[in-house]
Amino acid sequence: MTNLTPLWEVFIRTRNGMAHRHVGSVHAADAALALQAARDVYTRRGEGLSIWVVPSNAITASDPAEKDEMFEPTASKVYRHPSFYDIPDDIENM
Amino acid sequence: MYTQALNNLDLPQNDEGDPREARFMARIDAEERIEPNDFMPEGYRKTLVRQIAQHAHSEIIGMLPEGNWITRAPSLRRKAALLAKVQDEGGHGLYLYCAAETLGKSREEMMDELVDGRAKYSSIFNYPTLTWADIGMIGWLVDGAAIMNQIPLCRCSFGPYARAMIRICKEESFHQRQGYEQIMTLCAGTPEQKELAQDSLNRWWWPSIMMFGPSDGDSVHSAKSMAWKIKRFTNDELRQKFIDATVPQAHRIGLEIPDPDLKFNEETGHWEIGEIDWEEFKRVLAGGGPCNADRVAARKAAQENGAWVRDAALAYAQKRAARESETLAA
Ligand SMILES: [Fe+2]
Ligand SMILES: [Fe+2]
Repeated sequence: MTNLTPLWEVFIRTRNGMAHRHVGSVHAADAALALQAARDVYTRRGEGLSIWVVPSNAITASDPAEKDEMFEPTASKVYRHPSFYDIPDDIENM
Repeated sequence: MYTQALNNLDLPQNDEGDPREARFMARIDAEERIEPNDFMPEGYRKTLVRQIAQHAHSEIIGMLPEGNWITRAPSLRRKAALLAKVQDEGGHGLYLYCAAETLGKSREEMMDELVDGRAKYSSIFNYPTLTWADIGMIGWLVDGAAIMNQIPLCRCSFGPYARAMIRICKEESFHQRQGYEQIMTLCAGTPEQKELAQDSLNRWWWPSIMMFGPSDGDSVHSAKSMAWKIKRFTNDELRQKFIDATVPQAHRIGLEIPDPDLKFNEETGHWEIGEIDWEEFKRVLAGGGPCNADRVAARKAAQENGAWVRDAALAYAQKRAARESETLAA
């Protein structure tokens, strides 16, 4: 019998002030080992200052099949954008 | 290439009548990326799982011929470079296994298929590394050929594969450069050192050329892979790019390509090579190469000898988790 080693998603912050970004995944028995594996696999050339590892099964993802219902409503709401409003060109600092 | 065997596989040709198929092809044609949870035809999924797994296996098996020389590297500089390169290849294998896993196959399953011979890997790694020059030659030729193949894969239609390839390509260029630097150094050394480099090129040239897989006429699934934008160039196109790039690099350092029929075609601007020994290619891919049995045996031993470590780590994690929930309950 083969025991499946859990999968973890890896997020790395490349520079101070930047957000952590998803870079890939690793297999590891627990969080401490996942952090070490992520360090070895994803930061061999100074790619990061900080790493997060998250169990892959803890992530809830939106369903691509429901993409339309999920995101379509924003398409009609153009008034959420600044360009929707008419302001004369000679009004400054706006 | 790293996925040569794919060119000879029989894949189901189905999904034709499915309306989602047309929508899928429209997305492919519009250069959209396909993500793991999106609809995809079964043939596309199967092709990708096989191709990415073969690619991952090649990275992992490719560590063996090079690892063979780490303790015998001639200087600390060379040793550090080789160690870093072999470590990179392990990383490449991991990125790729993860990309394949998004399609629903576990890494453990893929590993099992590798050691029991169901899965293939690149024929190139079934040749032995007999001398130190072979280490330079692998970096220059084998990684050089891999780069030719992998750059277009960065635009592959399947998102996770394309993203893995972008990371890999960033790391490969050091591999090729350190290899060529080693060969250059040998060529500038004593006559014996120069001879070492030439002998190595003589043995690795044709196997490197074969890395690109069967000729377009004999590559059964090339057309489908091109239509799905998994593949962007044919085997022969990539092979020609590699030859055109590599021949001048060899001449520049005084090495001779071991092909009496090699000639430059002034009209086309391409180097033309002699006949490729396809019988050798088939034999090595089918398991009859000089090192097939060794490679699989080494991989199998690593997997079996490491099993207790993986089991212990898992048992420890489970015990700790159980203790934590006990404490919470109390
Ligand atoms: Fe690699
Ligand atoms: Fe490499």
